[in-house]
Amino acid sequence: MASFKFDEIPYLDKMSAVFGPFDPDCEALKKDTRTLNDKQREHNKVEPSIEAAIERSGLCDGKTISFHHHFRNGDFVVNMVLDTIARMGFRNLTVAASSLNEIHEPLIKHIQNGVVTHIETSGMRGKLADAVSQGLMDFPVIFRSHGGRAAAIETGELHIDVAFLGASTSDPYGNANGYSRESEDDGTSCGSLGYAKMDAMHADHCIIITDTIVPFPNAPFGIPESQVNSVVKVDKVGDANKIGSGATRFTTNPKELLIAQTASYVIENSGYFYNGFSMQMGSGGASLAVARYIRERMLEKNIKARFALGGITGQIVEMHEEGLIQRILDVQSFDKVAAQSLKNNRFHQQIDASYYASYLNRGAAVNQLDFVVLSAMEVDTDFNVNVLTGSNGVIRGAIGGHPDAAAGASMTVVVTPLMRGRIPCVLGRVNTIVTPGRTVDVVVTDQGTAVNPNRPELLERFRKAGCIELVSIEELKDRAERLCGKPAPNDYDDKIVGLSLYRDNTVIDVIRKVKA
Amino acid sequence: MKQLRRTMLFVPGNNPGMLRDAHIYGSDCIMFDLEDSVSIREKDAARFLVYKSLTTFSYGNKELVVRINSLDSKLGLDDLEAIVRAQPHVIRLPKTETPEDVTQCEREIERIEKETGIPVGKTRMMAAIESAKGVLNARDIALSSKRLIGIALGAEDYVTDLKTFRTADGIELLFARSMIVNAARAAGIDAIDTVYSDINNEEGLIRETTLIRTLGFDGKSVINPRQIPPVHKVFTPTQKDIQKALAVMGAIKEANSRGSGVISLNGKMIDKPVAERAQYVIELARAARVPMQED
Repeated sequence: MASFKFDEIPYLDKMSAVFGPFDPDCEALKKDTRTLNDKQREHNKVEPSIEAAIERSGLCDGKTISFHHHFRNGDFVVNMVLDTIARMGFRNLTVAASSLNEIHEPLIKHIQNGVVTHIETSGMRGKLADAVSQGLMDFPVIFRSHGGRAAAIETGELHIDVAFLGASTSDPYGNANGYSRESEDDGTSCGSLGYAKMDAMHADHCIIITDTIVPFPNAPFGIPESQVNSVVKVDKVGDANKIGSGATRFTTNPKELLIAQTASYVIENSGYFYNGFSMQMGSGGASLAVARYIRERMLEKNIKARFALGGITGQIVEMHEEGLIQRILDVQSFDKVAAQSLKNNRFHQQIDASYYASYLNRGAAVNQLDFVVLSAMEVDTDFNVNVLTGSNGVIRGAIGGHPDAAAGASMTVVVTPLMRGRIPCVLGRVNTIVTPGRTVDVVVTDQGTAVNPNRPELLERFRKAGCIELVSIEELKDRAERLCGKPAPNDYDDKIVGLSLYRDNTVIDVIRKVKA
Repeated sequence: MKQLRRTMLFVPGNNPGMLRDAHIYGSDCIMFDLEDSVSIREKDAARFLVYKSLTTFSYGNKELVVRINSLDSKLGLDDLEAIVRAQPHVIRLPKTETPEDVTQCEREIERIEKETGIPVGKTRMMAAIESAKGVLNARDIALSSKRLIGIALGAEDYVTDLKTFRTADGIELLFARSMIVNAARAAGIDAIDTVYSDINNEEGLIRETTLIRTLGFDGKSVINPRQIPPVHKVFTPTQKDIQKALAVMGAIKEANSRGSGVISLNGKMIDKPVAERAQYVIELARAARVPMQED
């Protein structure tokens, strides 16, 4: 058949992907003449159980497994997989989750039993966080920002052996989504799979866990089958009610609204509010509510935004649909309206965590932000922000994209009440530094707004505007102290239980064990 | 400069968090309540908290009002004994029906002022009118004491007394509101309208505020900080009004500099009411932070 002799080809030894002469009986030539339906049913990546998928993955002791947190506090996947892994007898594993929540309390027993010995995450809440703060683990928990995690995965510093990625839907080959295109009833929809996309891209082995298998191709897809090794169908990947509300409601808390309104004056008079601007609103009542006031100003002044970034809410979607925001870049959908929009709106784009916030990525979307509005648990007089540990030093939050967006945005506005109850939120020193003060430009509280001295031009603009009560950050601290008194320092043990990593994965602070 | 009273924020006297933060929302006045919003079991605690708040916190330039319990019971007198000593700007008397109610309260205030060395007359008063009898006596009530800075309508008790109910357009309150505004004007004091209790209905609040502004009221009582911006918005003069007021003030200034007593603008004489109205418009605009080119 061949009109050539294989050996006569020059430089054969230098052609890397040339494996020999064509073989008419080779595997690659085998033609499958079954129907699409039969092929999907009979020749796919679906494993009968999580256990079977784990066996196939070649997981062994001491490896790193990863999860995403798009199902938030409604996630069943982490507990389901770890229970299986514990039953199968694995030990000394590293759990590298994009974040952990209250629902992941069962991790405590897996840590106590030696199944899990290391944790990497963006945050932690509830009993697990309390236990870690009280010294549950020998090895400190590594807290990374979303951008930092993406960068660590890209450089291989965080190497994922097996990724277990929950998905609202998947086809039998692993094209996975955070919603269903097949039905209106979205059940466990979470919208964007932005954080999971990193794991799928870089893990040695990727397992999709879903409760809804849809016909091939589940397109457009969040995760492509080319990155997926196997698919497991389970009863439920999460609790729909806890994954996200129908629509994030604007707060009705007058203080949060007051802060949001002041933040909108700050934005309006900052020089970053112009036709074609870009923005991100962090999570939290006040920062989300800023969108409402910004919308009014945009309508008033006939200004449109080029894009909105980040965790996306129904309010951002509404503004997109009424033509006020041209593009949405969505790494995480905060509510069902956002998840629906990702499915239905052409210019609502799903992005991965590296695209969102990796410092290694010059084009990272956070770098294109005119402004971001972020919440804080504590701010100090150097403008450092803590969103990770509470006033008692116990872990109770998540770094999220805080330091990434703060560093990327041209103007970073941090919103916080001056006090929560009788706890001051502006202090001499935050309990844990998450976002360095150099990247924080304006702190808006209910009792005054402080501008970072390294941004005198902003201070001048706000002063001219006349509608913002400007005070120094020290004055804010003094005001809080006058009302609350000076808080006694926390009683820490020497033991380090967690590391707060900056977005370049350098250690910016440590979290110490709290005395019981 | 006249004290603006566009909004009077009601703060329950037994809520420490709200007592502490009451000044941050931008209302012109804050009214700490010891009366209806405080249950009978909490009366002592509320009195103590309000006293401590007034003597501890700094509320900036807000006008501070305390609503005491009626002097019919011992509670009212106990309130006065404590609160006058804390020196708020104004004591608000609830359920005022006759001028004697006011003078009785005034006598007690004066006694306490003398006992504690507070200049007699420093503590101002306002009277809330909440019954048919009170409405019919509005003029005499308004004229009953030099301490009075204003009278207010309390609509809930009033409509019950009248055997009617609140409606969206407020027709049932028209007589009472008109009486109170006229009585206040006759006495040269302020008229404050009742609360709008459907806090989630901003549209209704704006409608009602527009109505009472037209009737002549100086402001409205608000029960939630969220109600402050909409009320202030209604009380914000239009650009046209502001321009006109600025022109009037300019003409006055110019006439003064010439030493002329006769002031005119575009051929029209500016008399005292025109000048006063212009001044009020400018104060409202300034309070609403409307940018103005003032000399």
